[in-house]
Formats: sequence, C-alpha cells, structure tokens
Amino acid sequence: MSTNKEYIQIEREKEWRVELRKTIANKERTAKERVRMPEMDPQERIKYQDREVNIGLSADQAQGEATRCLDCANPTCIEGCPVSINIPKFVKYIEAGKFLDAAKTLKETSALPAVCGRVCPQEKQCEASCFYTQKMKKDPVAIGHLERFAADYERESGFMSVPEVAPANGIKIAAIGSGPASLSFAGDMIKLGYDVTVFEALHEIGGVLKYGIPEFRLPNKIVDVELDNLQKMGVKFVRNFIVGKTASFDDLKEEGFEAFFVASGAGLPRFMNIPGENYNGILSSNEYLTRVNLMNAAKDEFDTPVIKGKTVAVIGGGNTAMDSVRTAKRLGAERAIIVYRRSRAEMPARVEEVHHAEEEGIEFINLANPIEYFADEKGKVNRMRVQRMGLGEPDASGRRRPIVLEGSEYDIPVDLVVVAVGVSPNPLIPSEVKELKVSKWGTIEVTEETMQSSIPEMFAGGDIVRGGATVILAMGDGRKAAANMDEYLQKKLKK
Amino acid sequence: MNQIVEKVLFSEKVAKFVVDAPRIAKSRKPGHFVILRVDEKGERIPLTIAGADPVKGTIVLVVQKMGVSSAKLFELEVGDSILDLVGPLGKATHIHQAGTVLACGGGVGVAPMLPIVEGFKKAGNRVISIIAARNKDLIILEDEIRQWSDETIVMTDDGSYGTKGLVTAGAEMIIQREKVNECIAIGPAVMMKFTSLLTKKYEIPTQASLNAIMVDGTGMCGACRVSVGGNTYFTCIDGPEFDAHQIDFDELIMRLGGYSNEEKLAYERYV
Repeated sequence: MSTNKEYIQIEREKEWRVELRKTIANKERTAKERVRMPEMDPQERIKYQDREVNIGLSADQAQGEATRCLDCANPTCIEGCPVSINIPKFVKYIEAGKFLDAAKTLKETSALPAVCGRVCPQEKQCEASCFYTQKMKKDPVAIGHLERFAADYERESGFMSVPEVAPANGIKIAAIGSGPASLSFAGDMIKLGYDVTVFEALHEIGGVLKYGIPEFRLPNKIVDVELDNLQKMGVKFVRNFIVGKTASFDDLKEEGFEAFFVASGAGLPRFMNIPGENYNGILSSNEYLTRVNLMNAAKDEFDTPVIKGKTVAVIGGGNTAMDSVRTAKRLGAERAIIVYRRSRAEMPARVEEVHHAEEEGIEFINLANPIEYFADEKGKVNRMRVQRMGLGEPDASGRRRPIVLEGSEYDIPVDLVVVAVGVSPNPLIPSEVKELKVSKWGTIEVTEETMQSSIPEMFAGGDIVRGGATVILAMGDGRKAAANMDEYLQKKLKK
Repeated sequence: MNQIVEKVLFSEKVAKFVVDAPRIAKSRKPGHFVILRVDEKGERIPLTIAGADPVKGTIVLVVQKMGVSSAKLFELEVGDSILDLVGPLGKATHIHQAGTVLACGGGVGVAPMLPIVEGFKKAGNRVISIIAARNKDLIILEDEIRQWSDETIVMTDDGSYGTKGLVTAGAEMIIQREKVNECIAIGPAVMMKFTSLLTKKYEIPTQASLNAIMVDGTGMCGACRVSVGGNTYFTCIDGPEFDAHQIDFDELIMRLGGYSNEEKLAYERYV
C-alpha cells in the first residue's frame, strides 16, 4: 500500500520537501491566521438552488494556507483520514506551487477528491488530528479547503491526470450501488487490474452524491467529472439495474462475476409514527431532496412536481435536515424552520452547515419535538403540534438525552413538513439473499477488518453496514473492502 | 434503451406497449412492477407489468393517458425507446392453490390482473374474473382474461357492454352463488375500496394491488406510504399487494391526490 509509514517518510525526506521546510521558519508559519473560505453572499445565494455557497480559495490563499503546515515528522493528520490521503505531501506541493502534483497525490488514495474537499467533516477527521489542533490549541491547517483547491485547480486546468492502472487481470467483479463506498472501491480495484462493473438502481450514477446532497453544497458537474475519471480508468457503469431483482447474484456469477461489493446504502427513510404523519405535504428528506436534486423538480421544464411550501418545518438536526431546510429556503419558503428535539450543542450537523443555514435566515426551534399533525379538508397538512423538551443525562451517544416537558405543547402553522430523522439500511439485497447475515437493525454484518460478509465472495461497506454515516467513512470502507477482496481473490486463484 | 416493438391502441386513452427488456422479461413474476422515465425531463412513474415473453425478451405495459408522464409515454410509437426502465420491483403475488379465486379488475387494472389470473389458473384454481369499466371502449384484454378464467363477467357503468353495474354487483352475485376462497382486486382505489368492503362482509381473504405515488420505487423515498392494519408500509418494497381488509383506502385516495395541483399545472404547461 502506498500509505504506510515507511513510504510517508521516504516521501518526506525527498530533497524538495527538505528544502521547502527550510525556506520559512516554523515560528513564522505558526504565526499566520487560518484562511477563511470565501462565500457567496447569503441574500444572493438563497435565490439559487444550484450555486455553490463556498467559492473556493484563490491560488494565493491556498499557497498561504499551505505554508502554515509544518510538514510534521509524525503527520497525525493522515491517521485522521479514512482513506489515508498523504496530506503533508499534497499540502507541500501546494506550497511549492505545484498544484497538479498536489491533485495527483490526492488521487493516489481517493477516488473523489473534489467531492471530499466539499462534504467531508474535516473538523472531525484530518483537521481534528492536525498538530495545530492537538498540540498548539490553534485553528488547524484548512486541509479540506486545500483539498478542494487542488482538485478544482486540476479540473479547471484541463490537465486531468488519470491514475495508472495495472494490466488487466481479467477477473470480473461487481459493485452494487454507485455511491461513495462503491466509487472508492471501484477506483482501487480498477487500479489493481480488475474488470469492474458498478450496478446502480437509479437512472443516474453517484448515489447520495446525486440524489441527496444539494447542488449548493456539491454541484452535480463536480461529481460527473470524478465519474468520468473512473470511466477513463476502465470502470463500467450499468444504470437501471437492481442486483437481486433485475438479475440474481447467481445469474451474475454465471455471467462470470467472481466477487461482489454491496454498498446499497441507507435508502430507507425513518418516520416518527405520530398521528397525522401520512397527510399530504409531509415527506421524508429523501423524497424531498430526490425530487429537487435528482429529478430537478424545482425547474418548470422538468415533469416531476415538488410542493413549494411557504412555511416549511424540517424535523431533525443532522446534515440532511440542513440540506432540506436550505433547499426549502431556496424554493421560496418565507419561513424555513429546523425543529430539533435537543439543543444546538447536540446537533449532529456540521458546524459549517448550521452556520450557513443561520446566515441564510433559517429559524431554529430547538428543544422541541412534533407529536401530531393536522390537515385541511383535502388532507393537506396545515398545522403541527410540538412539545417542548428539556435535557437529561447523557445517553449512549454521549449527548444529553431529551426529556419531555409535560403540558408544554403548542401549535405551529406549516404547509410543508420534511422529516429528516435518519435512515435505515435498504432491505432489498438482504431480503433477496437469504444466507446473508444481517443485524437486527438490518445492516449487513461484516468482519470489521476485512469488510467480508457471511458469504465469502460478498463484501459490503458504507451505510448498508454502518446504518447512516458520512461520505468519507463509506469511502474508507470501499478502500478496505478492495484491499481485502483483492487478497481473497488472489489466494483463491492460487489454489 | 428499451425499444417499443409493438403498440396496440385499446381506446383513445388506453394503449398496450410491448417493450424490449430482456432481463426483466426473464426475472419478473405476476404482481411485479417497473419504474420508467420516458425522457431526460421525465418523471419516474410506476407501472405494473401486464405480461412478458422471456424468449423474445419483451414485457407488456398498459398505459392510460392521465397526466403529463402517461401522455408522453402514450405518444411513443413502435421503434421509439423509453429512456429508463428498471425492474422488476415489488413483491410478487403469492400464487398458491386456494380453491376458487375471484379476480376483480377495474379499468386499466385489468392489465396487471392478467398475469395473476393466469398464475392462479395454472396453479390449479377455479378462476372467476370480473372485468369492469365505465363503458365498452374502456374494457380491455377481455379475450386474454377469458383464456385463463373458468368464467368471465363483463360489467360497465353505463351498460354499453356486458352487464350494467359496478364491479361489486358482479362480485356479490358470484359470492352468493358459490363458495369463493380468495379474492383479488386491482383497479382505481375507489373500486378496490368497495370491493374490499364487500368481501369483508363475506369474510373472503382479499388482496389489493396499490397504485401509490412513487419516485424511486426501491424504498428510498417513502412517497408510497400506506396504512395497513394501523401500521405504515411502503408500497414499493412491502407491496404493491396488501391484505385489502386492512388497508386504509381513504388515506390512499387522499395521498393519490397529494400532487394534484402541481400535476394540473404541469399538464396545462404540457398541452
């Protein structure tokens, strides 16, 4: 693997890195303030569903920020990265002005750098493990912003590099689902020489990157460029194909597929099972976001409809809730409200997303939980009853448990409600493959170190294993599954 | 791409399409449905499969022109292609030896009922089919239903063909005449509701195949929520068939109108 400690040290001792470290004293490096991501004006950006909030760093800003990185002898940041990007190497390439080399470094281990630079929770990962955060109690190097800069620079330069691929070994393998876990898996397997086919149920490749994350956070064209890159490396994409339904695993084995990576995602929205929840105008965040992001429902020339609420309540405090409420604002809501049962401090959403939402005029009703919905004579929701909550002792997640304040109910007039209280694993594959071991939550059980399921030739990763996590953790699973499936297949073939 | 190899007009608003879809033709079973998107700007709409030829690699879909999406599909001709077609989706009908099976189909619901009738007949059941519609023009697939039924009754609301009356009148006549072990109802939600009320009275187990609004059809969006026995289910993955006596049909009818304003505007734009 290209990420082991020895390799990282060899890279660090290369002459250009040694020289670069000497050019500026560490004291000077640490004296600099962390760069601020330039953003589109909140009042302007809420008019557009498809314009990015974060504008991206200029070359000067990026080089300046890269200078802050001390190129540590023990780069703990890498340990914080689920796909083990050689972070100091790419950051130092930016400092040196070699932006294309920086992008190439990202692609050594990440199939989707422009995506990760935008949607990874770096503050919980690489940046949380940065020397600045850990030892100096200062703002970490803006690794995420730099990653995005390098990936964007390469794409806009017209000199996109295609990673090297080993000679074809003729072994056919399949990835099921085309979200981040699968794409990351496919990228690694194609590099190893396998014949990789990605099967997708929807009509578009990309999974949650396309149907879930809105364009103001992750433009579809950015995803398409990364997909194009995988295609150039030789990955085959098959759309409108549900493995287990359109064809069975046995059918695919007969067609020569030797092993499978199941990454079918957490595509089953949860509801709260409270009275009135099936009224019209109450929908899952998955439905709302899919209509807008995948089906372009907000645009008149597309046939798929979406209800444009004037007062929209979004239930939940995660990233999906933020994506939904900010979408509602962009579709013209006068009031777009987050209703969350805990307080701001317990919100699972990224701090950046909450901050952006506030700038855009999103209202937050925290410590409140809906308990019933009411509708007009046609069955369209017009009012919701919420209950005030207090906070008790910390629960299993370490967050303070919300407790009901009796007699605190009050009503809020609404005409659209988006329920974003989490997702469950998609049951399609587990229900089609009876021998597959599944947990009581419906997630596929795998050996943690290898991502191998109870069926030896079937590996799994991403939300179908985790139940609901992040793009980057899914990508980490994809990489781990690739390395272990390779080992499994090579051993099997030697027999 | 899924090419249309045959198109038969049943009436001004109803047509049968035979579509090239070799994988689905092989794997589908009675009760399954597909999701299709006619073109780049199109909506994803569910349609229950009305038949298949695994040798030729084709499936049969019957379409009634109602809104923008069905109108776009209706206008396609032989040689044209449907941009996206995925399936088979949903749970297949539980076909078993029940004894006497009464199959009630209303309007275009007769199309998805055909493979189920065929399935029950082949499984050794006595099958009585009632096919009903508003008028003679809207009665479809009569010969095909007759081929797989021991008895077929045609009902029209206006009496322009067969017996005058609603599907329930025909059903009640049969139920009073002989022992019916199981009933199947496919058609407009209102028709299924009243068929279900009737068979409940006679305590005949009844399956209804629901036509909820869907987006992805794989469990992802939850647009197709339906209340059955007080619990919420997703029509796409838990259905499309449910125990009719447990279905909250009034909620289903309400939910089918969930986008009626938006759909009306879209249709006006389209025309």
